[in-house]
Amino acid sequence: MQTEIDRNPKATVLLLGARSDVARATARRYAAAGYGILLAARDPERLQAEKTDLELRYRVPVTLLAFDALRIEDHAAFVAALPALPDVAISAIGLLGRQEADEADIPAAITVMRSNYEGPASILSHLANAFAARGSGTIIGISSVAGDRGRATNYIYGSAKAGFTAFLSGLRNRLAGRGVHVITVSPGFIATRMTAGMDLPEKLTASPDEVAEAIFKAQEKRRNVIYVRPIWRLIMLVIRSIPEPVFKRLKI
Amino acid sequence: MKLSGWGRTPVHATRLIHPEGEADIRAALADGPLIARGNGRAYGDSAVGQQTLDMRRLDHVLAFDPATGQLVAEAGLLLADIIACFLPQGWFPAVTPGTRFVTLGGMIAADVHGKNHHRDGGMRHVTDWIDLMDQDGTIRRCSRQENPELFEWTIGGMGLTGVILRAAIRLRPVETGWIRQTTRPAANLEAALAALEADSHATYSVAWIDCLATGDAMGRSLVMTGEHAALSELAGKPTLPPARRKRAVPVDLPGFALNRFSVRAFNALYWAAGQRQQGSRLVDWDSYFYPLDAILGWNRIYGRKGFLQFQCVLPDASAHAGMAALLRAISASGQGSFLAVLKRMGAAGGGLSFPMPGHTLALDFPATARAQALFDRLEAITLDHGGRFYLAKDARLSAGTFRAADPRAADFARFRAGAGLTAQFASAQSARLEL
Repeated sequence: MQTEIDRNPKATVLLLGARSDVARATARRYAAAGYGILLAARDPERLQAEKTDLELRYRVPVTLLAFDALRIEDHAAFVAALPALPDVAISAIGLLGRQEADEADIPAAITVMRSNYEGPASILSHLANAFAARGSGTIIGISSVAGDRGRATNYIYGSAKAGFTAFLSGLRNRLAGRGVHVITVSPGFIATRMTAGMDLPEKLTASPDEVAEAIFKAQEKRRNVIYVRPIWRLIMLVIRSIPEPVFKRLKI
Repeated sequence: MKLSGWGRTPVHATRLIHPEGEADIRAALADGPLIARGNGRAYGDSAVGQQTLDMRRLDHVLAFDPATGQLVAEAGLLLADIIACFLPQGWFPAVTPGTRFVTLGGMIAADVHGKNHHRDGGMRHVTDWIDLMDQDGTIRRCSRQENPELFEWTIGGMGLTGVILRAAIRLRPVETGWIRQTTRPAANLEAALAALEADSHATYSVAWIDCLATGDAMGRSLVMTGEHAALSELAGKPTLPPARRKRAVPVDLPGFALNRFSVRAFNALYWAAGQRQQGSRLVDWDSYFYPLDAILGWNRIYGRKGFLQFQCVLPDASAHAGMAALLRAISASGQGSFLAVLKRMGAAGGGLSFPMPGHTLALDFPATARAQALFDRLEAITLDHGGRFYLAKDARLSAGTFRAADPRAADFARFRAGAGLTAQFASAQSARLEL
């Protein structure tokens, strides 16, 4: 029976974009497995309740870090200042935006693009170099099925996720054989704050806990690309294979 | 959207809200009447309102004192999480219902009881304080010292006194995750009630009752008592048992899957198995307290039409005669219950809490017209014997029946009206029962 916080956990995980529902569930999953937790978000003071919760539940050390995905000029210093280089880094950074409004508001659209591609790719590049120098580590990027093909209803978000998916694919290729493993996660629909109020089909919608479990298992099994609900692999295969002359007239 | 309780009937339209914090709850208060909902394990319509607050995202553990076992947490925290996190630290819930998929707020609102009620009381007895949000969005700490009347009515008050945000409860220290279970067959109802009364010293006691047995065997039961096992009893077993495998019911079974023959066969097999297993053995906490939790979505075995649960408590003086009358009515109707549970209860709670000293019987039936007719009969018998009903199970009582069984209902309604709560905090159940 363990009653004290284990100050020297066997491994640590860094969660970027830690205020998201998926990050919160993922932090719990790793903490339950005994990982020390680093939570990085723009307003880390708002994560104090999360830290207390994780420490009381799982008796693991939790550190809060200030991190802004869009301030790419600070990313090198962020990695250099980490208390210790983590074993696992997970990007749960993302901004859904409002497609229709952002079609007219182009600066807002650029923010969506930067938040979903530039920011995460920048911080993971710094971490990847540090992991490669050490010769070990796992990098997990939460991308999206929206990146598998651009659609009228969410292509601003989707295009950035497409870039991020390609980035992760290339990073995996580059680091294979150098001790660093890269995992691409496509959750499909998730029932979260970000999607609250949307009418999502039940069979295609995963809970944050389900995503967290899938991420943890993917790391244990050293998977490369996962769709949290396997049906999504099939759906996206179909969507990608529709010929463009037909696809451009579809409303999906 | 459409929402029901665990019994899947009745179904009501509601506006479902997932608050992330107090501000979201205040905004919902301004939008109209609402009721808070935990993990949706109340069987009927207790946690479905015009607006329904799904409290499960508010589930932070806020503090834990290992000197006293006091846990402070947000209302949406699952009991399953409490066990998963605190059993490895040497603590177990001091009171637990028959499923661990309930929230802290739901347990308090229903004043749930467990197999130790005869000895330790219910949720009321292990709750130190509650933070409650009223219709103006003001948060009040309620305890035995502060706002004691509100504290009294909130426990067992089915969420109708305000939104439970946070609470402090006590856990009990345990050495292991194992229970020493002793099973003894009781040949009939008399023997079962006598055994439960004789076992009042046991920490946990409950009887599974074969409600289809008739004649001399009417009420034959397996009486099961349990004690938390000490480290010295484990004989090489690990301190914490390995996790049980979970199975899910993948589809709704057709309505005819549970019929009098399959239920009779199940009951006969269970009785036979219990007789083989009589005596004492170590059982893991999960199998002991939560046998049905291993089958996720077990409510689907009753099919789409759902099921009804009946639970009443009869006072000591009339328990023997009343239980016999209930069993005769069930037997005469030819509708067996898959799971029938008989349990001795201890001290009465305050407020609108269900327990009183006596015996409680819980049964479930597929929601058919015949079951409705049987329920009419069971409710009448309960009234005749001075018993009362458990709101967390109820989906169909009339206001008249509920009030006749429980004169406190009128006091509760008066308290709500006086505090200006009636219009703001309302569920389908509170409207039906005129609370």
